[in-house]
Amino acid sequence: MIQLSSPDTASSPDTELPDAPTDAPRDALVAALADALGSNLVESHVEPGVDVWVRVTAEAWVETATVLRDRCAMTYFNFLSAVDWMPSPYGRDMDAQVDLSPDASDGSDATAGAAGSDAFETGVAGGETRFQLLARVHDPVGHVGITIKADLTGDRPEVDSWIGVYPGADWHEREAWEMFGISFRNHPNQVHLYLPSHFEGNPLRKDYPLLARRVKPWPGIVDVELMPGGDDEADGAEAEAGEAS
Amino acid sequence: MTAVSDPRQMAYIAGQASDARVNVEIETEGMTLNIGPQHPATHGTLRIIVKLDGERVVAAEPVMGYMHRGYEKLSEVRTYPQVTTLVNRIDWLGSFANEVPFILAAERLMDVEAPPRAQWIRTALFELSRIANVVLFLGDMGVQLGAVTPVFFAFRDREFVLNQIEAVTGGRFHPNFDRIGGLKDDLPKGWIDETKGVLGRIRTFCDEMEDLVTGNEIFQSRTRGIGVIPADVGLSYGLSGANIRASGVDWDLRRDGGIGLVHDQLDWKVWTHPDGDSFARYWVRLQEVREACDMVDQLLDGIPSGPVMAKVPRIIKVPAGEAYVETENPLGVMGYYVVSKGDLVPYRVKIRSASFNNVSITPWLLEGTYVPDVVSILASLYFILGDIDR
Repeated sequence: MIQLSSPDTASSPDTELPDAPTDAPRDALVAALADALGSNLVESHVEPGVDVWVRVTAEAWVETATVLRDRCAMTYFNFLSAVDWMPSPYGRDMDAQVDLSPDASDGSDATAGAAGSDAFETGVAGGETRFQLLARVHDPVGHVGITIKADLTGDRPEVDSWIGVYPGADWHEREAWEMFGISFRNHPNQVHLYLPSHFEGNPLRKDYPLLARRVKPWPGIVDVELMPGGDDEADGAEAEAGEAS
Repeated sequence: MTAVSDPRQMAYIAGQASDARVNVEIETEGMTLNIGPQHPATHGTLRIIVKLDGERVVAAEPVMGYMHRGYEKLSEVRTYPQVTTLVNRIDWLGSFANEVPFILAAERLMDVEAPPRAQWIRTALFELSRIANVVLFLGDMGVQLGAVTPVFFAFRDREFVLNQIEAVTGGRFHPNFDRIGGLKDDLPKGWIDETKGVLGRIRTFCDEMEDLVTGNEIFQSRTRGIGVIPADVGLSYGLSGANIRASGVDWDLRRDGGIGLVHDQLDWKVWTHPDGDSFARYWVRLQEVREACDMVDQLLDGIPSGPVMAKVPRIIKVPAGEAYVETENPLGVMGYYVVSKGDLVPYRVKIRSASFNNVSITPWLLEGTYVPDVVSILASLYFILGDIDR
């Protein structure tokens, strides 16, 4: 099992405190999924009283939806999307004051996808691949929602469509297809949703450059200037932020 | 008409009639009709390609993207406080409500809680944006069916609500007022009394709507039994807000969500309607405006004293983690799935907007309806294009 990156999950069940809060409905949900999916349920994470995440294999993607809808009363389809865990090849330009030099971005562009594939820093419930599906369904009676993730392999991943289980997934899958380049098998109408039909590229992939940021460096950080006489407060605040992360 | 008695004449008429009966089966050709992109029923630029057989809709396919602004990508290069400026523009009729779930998600990741006064004012502004938003729907619904007066009433009375929002936030449409850990500023002097006056106007507006529109025979016959969405279909398409409550699903995140806002300390009720038709959606929204007026009334009476801002760092770095927070916005459930890697900027923001799911049912819903009902069904679903395209 992978080491989780989130600070919340760092204190995993091993280091459970005696009075750690529990969450009966969400724990039961995970138990039901584990029962139905077996080893296809890769990982789960419950934040008591807040939320629950599960990660399943891509092969069990549709089966998970069926189980959730039919056995766990998750009749409400909330959303479906994806996350690209590959760090932007343009480096940390998002929070640096100046852009990286162009040669740095050239070099990492091609290699980052191939070489760094097992070094991705993924979020709650872990992950192994660059692309991770993300979907959420909800129980409108019991008022519990669940986030489902699935790792997708390859640069042009394919996965079965959820339309047969939740018809509302139609547009969400079209969006994921055009934004991330994830194909959905058995999708009746896999065409562009927002972008013109001749558009090339998948804008929400991290290696798709945001042109506005390429031509003009990010001004955000210079906006935050210390107020006169407010230095000590800001320092304390910085320390606080450091502690939290 | 004169009675025909001559048998020969009768035989002739019968022959003509039987001929006519043969010709009654008129050959209807398929026809493609473009509704939009510019259409007053669409609050923005939505295009719907409708395939017709006679007057009946065979297939309907919405085409969007005319207003796609790529907020999910843009959020990845904005600091957390800057993102509120973007998300303001998603549902532009109730902008303040857009900021709330994002701020709540960031607060959850940072483990910060806004002080009680900020939470109460936040909830009051949240409900005021609902009033400003849905009042316009009530007027607009009439206009789609040919009643032009209500929309003028709506624009007139909405302005008073916007004035109140402007008095606090400085912006009529894009307040950008919510902050991680509280609010930018406190309420201006005298605002509470003025707002109570405005609530009175809105209640009168609701009564006027009841008189002008709800009981109107034409309105009823054009909306009752039209565009019926059964509850299970609505759920599987992810409909939310008044659209799903009008199908009899008793689900409101203000009561059932249990996050961040103070709705649980107020005395109010969730309105549902069993019919699931256009009329039910209109009716539920009308009741919700009234309910929101009562809520704001209670909120204004109960605002506790104290600071409006918790102690947060000047440079906001959000600890690594993931959070999904959704609230019951004017158009329905709006949620943000925020992935943070501990930076100044979010790693990924998935914006789950209400209208996107609400409109995704249109191909199913419009099939088999008649052309004039297309517009009234679209109006009753009530979407805003910024909320679809993001």
